[in-house]
Amino acid sequence: MNERLLALADDELVLGWRDSEWTGIAPVLEEDVAFSSIAQNEIGHARALYTLVAGEDGDVDALAFDRPLEEYRCAPLVELRLLDWAHAIARRWLYELADEIRLAVLKDDADPTVAGLAAKIDREEAYHRMHAELWHERLRDEPRFQEAVDELWPYALGLLPAEQRSDLAGRAGREVVDAVERGAHTDELAALWEEMTIVRRSAPAGARW
Amino acid sequence: MISEAQVWDALAEIPDPEIPVISLVDLGVIRSVDVASGRVRVEFTPTFLGCPALEAMRSAMEDKVAELGARAEVQVIQDDSWSTDRITPAGREKLRAAGFAPPAPREATAPKLVQLQANVFRCPYCGSTKTRLENIFGPTPCRSLRYCESCRQPFEQFKTI
Repeated sequence: MNERLLALADDELVLGWRDSEWTGIAPVLEEDVAFSSIAQNEIGHARALYTLVAGEDGDVDALAFDRPLEEYRCAPLVELRLLDWAHAIARRWLYELADEIRLAVLKDDADPTVAGLAAKIDREEAYHRMHAELWHERLRDEPRFQEAVDELWPYALGLLPAEQRSDLAGRAGREVVDAVERGAHTDELAALWEEMTIVRRSAPAGARW
Repeated sequence: MISEAQVWDALAEIPDPEIPVISLVDLGVIRSVDVASGRVRVEFTPTFLGCPALEAMRSAMEDKVAELGARAEVQVIQDDSWSTDRITPAGREKLRAAGFAPPAPREATAPKLVQLQANVFRCPYCGSTKTRLENIFGPTPCRSLRYCESCRQPFEQFKTI
């Protein structure tokens, strides 16, 4: 199993879930629409990546929802339940900065199916980056936003392997510090896992509607 | 024995589930059709990976091919080969007539915010380029919202992919 693709897929699935928590309650209608679309895209990227990881006859839903909690590879940044707008935007901005770096590496992958999918994902992510950039321009001088970025910065570094972190620091205008690494999961992921796997667990033969 | 041309004609009757004014063929999402000994292979490229209409489009294609008396194998291609540049000229005209501004041409690098904010996007209602970006996202992931300063009409702009 491709650990690197699985980690990316899990990041996108869980972040998609977190972003969708703004559906219906974002501060303005435009952001309701934006976060919902972004969430839909992230979950679509997760599905496409799980398809690659699962292989020809693999079960994408099983990979997404049937694993025990400790087998998820997502980074703690995406696990956090952030229902404060400054934090939600700080995470979007940091995530997109990091995601651009790792997608650029995957676009040059020796495996053409990986490179092709990374190129496709990157075309969609371009619009997420614009959204993050717009909000960063608006909020960057606000103390509440700056505090949120300070708090999430060690988590953002944990998205990337060590060799890509100085690139991220350069883009974010910050220093590399000790990262909150992948591996241990937050309590917040445990609660989310309960919620996102409940349909599969309650209807093991497969739900239909 | 059915021909590839028959399959293309049949697929051209399937409307896009989200924008029914154009067909899947107009949208350019059918990459290839291959007919060999009664078996029809269709290569299909999604517009956006998270498109919720993916399954609906797949079963619509299977049904259309079944009407021709063959079984379709639809393969979803997850690479960068679909672009909004593949929307046919007829498809672009249908979009415009229905109030959707067709996408700008793809460039080598992904689009930037300054491009979306530029005054180059044409209002599908009055033709003015005095339009501004309202929201990068719209009713579906493939569309943005713009506002025409000339005729004061909000409209949907197809994103460039």
